[in-house]
Amino acid sequence: VLKTLLPVVAGKTAQRHRVIHTRTMNAADTPAGLASIEAATQALASAGYISTRQISTAVYLAHHLRKPVLIEGPAGVGKTELAVSAARALGFALLRLQCYEGLDDSRALYEWKYGKQLLYTQILKEKIGLLIDSADTLPAAMDKLAAFQDLFFSRDFVQARPLLQAMEQRTGSVLLIDEVDKSEEAFEALLLEVLADYQVTIPEIGTIHAQVPPLVLLTSNNTRELGDALKRRCLHLHIGFPQAELERRVLRARVPGISEQLLRQLVAFVQALRAENIRKPPSVAESVDWARALLLLHITVLDESIVRETLNVLLKRETDIREVQQRLRPLTEAALAVAG
Amino acid sequence: MEQVLAGFVRALRAAGAATSTAEAIDAARAVALVGYADRDLLKDALAVSLAKTADDKAIHERVFEMYFASPAQGQFDARTASAMQPQAHDAQLRTGQTEVDALLDLAGAQAGPADRTASTDLQRALARAAQAVGVDDIRFESQIGYFTGRMLQQLGMDALALRLLQRLTQHTEQAQAEALRLQQVRDTLHGQARALVQKRFELFGQPATDAFMADVIVHRPMHRLAPADMERMQAVVARMARRLAYRHSRRRRVRLRGQLDLRHTLRANAGHGGVPFELRFRHRRRERPRIVVLCDVSGSVAAHVRFLLLFLYALQGSVTDLRCFAFSNRLFDVAAPLQSRPFDEAVALILSQACGGATDYGRAFADLREQHWDSIDRRTTVLVLGDARSNHADPRLDIVAAVAGRAKRLVWLCPEPPGRWGSGDSCMLQYRPLCTHVTHCANAMDLERAVDETLQAYD
Repeated sequence: VLKTLLPVVAGKTAQRHRVIHTRTMNAADTPAGLASIEAATQALASAGYISTRQISTAVYLAHHLRKPVLIEGPAGVGKTELAVSAARALGFALLRLQCYEGLDDSRALYEWKYGKQLLYTQILKEKIGLLIDSADTLPAAMDKLAAFQDLFFSRDFVQARPLLQAMEQRTGSVLLIDEVDKSEEAFEALLLEVLADYQVTIPEIGTIHAQVPPLVLLTSNNTRELGDALKRRCLHLHIGFPQAELERRVLRARVPGISEQLLRQLVAFVQALRAENIRKPPSVAESVDWARALLLLHITVLDESIVRETLNVLLKRETDIREVQQRLRPLTEAALAVAG
Repeated sequence: MEQVLAGFVRALRAAGAATSTAEAIDAARAVALVGYADRDLLKDALAVSLAKTADDKAIHERVFEMYFASPAQGQFDARTASAMQPQAHDAQLRTGQTEVDALLDLAGAQAGPADRTASTDLQRALARAAQAVGVDDIRFESQIGYFTGRMLQQLGMDALALRLLQRLTQHTEQAQAEALRLQQVRDTLHGQARALVQKRFELFGQPATDAFMADVIVHRPMHRLAPADMERMQAVVARMARRLAYRHSRRRRVRLRGQLDLRHTLRANAGHGGVPFELRFRHRRRERPRIVVLCDVSGSVAAHVRFLLLFLYALQGSVTDLRCFAFSNRLFDVAAPLQSRPFDEAVALILSQACGGATDYGRAFADLREQHWDSIDRRTTVLVLGDARSNHADPRLDIVAAVAGRAKRLVWLCPEPPGRWGSGDSCMLQYRPLCTHVTHCANAMDLERAVDETLQAYD
């Protein structure tokens, strides 16, 4: 009996939409780290992220305009790191959604806990006699059962996934939607409601509004063009390869203990390498790895042979490595000359 | 201040950026937060909220520099500079005629960097006049003089001109001196107004003209493209290729709702005791477009060659699996030069390689059969660009039939109108029944449509 009744019960609830408001957003909720653009730069620096003014402006505007930021740029320039650092700097929880092909709403938004629902159905089945014994007619029995409708399709049976989790945070949070270009177009459509209105609609329960709108950061490596609808709803930040001065500051922050001379030489070489025609130019992440490797090898001054031996830290493609190795001498010499 | 921002958004749109109203509102909110005081900050804030692609960022950079350029910069030459020296006897020139006095104040105050507020007064007056006469609606370069005149009129130049005329007819020394001064003021104002109109033309008029010309050019028959058009054409074709790439890069996976995938469904629902809560459907993976292009570069289509190659050049970016061959008789693989060199160099190289000797389609097809047969399979679309004028050589219909049988589609794009097919040495009518699709392809529009249809076959 119950098996046939359950869908009816569920359907009835679905018709009654309720909006769940727990707390309205307060303008005074701005954390100290987002009070101004300079404050954002400082807060990020305290978390070990060397920010440019462009990046700080984007983060600052994202909070004050309540808009997500879409961050694009080559791999390894610190797109994901920005979100992680921002969460750390502001003392926010970080909720991370890694996108991949085939990602759907049950992984991103919410899922019903089927197992638990089944278990409760079993319990109800045993007790159903007791429940509807006192009812004389079928409508009376239905009414009695209807009182249980919330039990099966209530918040207790919803498994929240990152997007819903972010909506339910009671304090500020950073929601990182990583590599959104890896997902399909259908998933972009799914994001629109979350990003534009900071709400998630669960048909059986109602619309859940964000208690405190999260700071949403989306990253993309541009493996495919994102839809206009998504882009329109986001602020757009492009992070490219850094200038030499900025890269030195990043390395100083990330690789403490590196000597100033090695730093200058290393950055000059990496910058020169990026100007070469190679398939996968080294990114900031690679130069950090390289700096750590050199530090570990107790190297204080670059020379050609050291570069040759450690080139595989910097370049990840066989063809690139082969190509660069042929021209390593002039490249190294030029870089060392620049570093002085 | 909203007007300034609205003007900026209009300038962006005129320059070809896709800026929506929603984004303009975001920009206004962002500007309300950061203010206009710090130029770099303003630029960053606007870039973050308005420009969402690499192209848009470049446009934004350029338009911002033009639109928010500091107004009077770089417009002084030696002559106007001297004219702007405040002169001792200016005071004596006071006429009591308020309109003329106001103009004298404006121009005299231009004096130099020392007097900044007055200099902005002039700029402000000019901007007001510009708005009053609708300078932003300028479309053509020839309108610059007209709008300059209207602006000066708006500023009250008529009164000044009248006074100048009066003074010129009086032959006293003082009148002559005043006339000279009035002339200087007139020239200064005229120069400034003209510079402003010129800048507005670059912001609003130039892009509109360019868009109009681009529209004309895509409908112009290929053989009538002048060398000067080619430069414009390069930009147009690049945009076409991007559009094609965008339209066809999406939806690689199609969900077929009707077909239940039983195996997947059972596996997915094993955790629910085999009760099929979650259904799994079959996916059909879409094929990636594979295109082989054979491009005739011989004398008979010489007028089209540059354009056809330009199109191939642009297409490199949008079709991942593209093989390009050029021939007049022997077949040459031209993918490498098109990929690695700038366009003009690539064309020169291809023409020097492939263009020589009499056209022979049969020979080219034979080369395809012998050397590049592997590049054609059942997923491939073969595009032939050429007029099929083969100098009465054997057209090798057998190979073409084999190609048609082997490939997904064989599409022939002929620059000659259908009326001339089959005349003289044209083999078009013989090839025609073997092809999936034959079409007359006269201009850029036709070419885009043909490629669009080709790619659609893979959607």
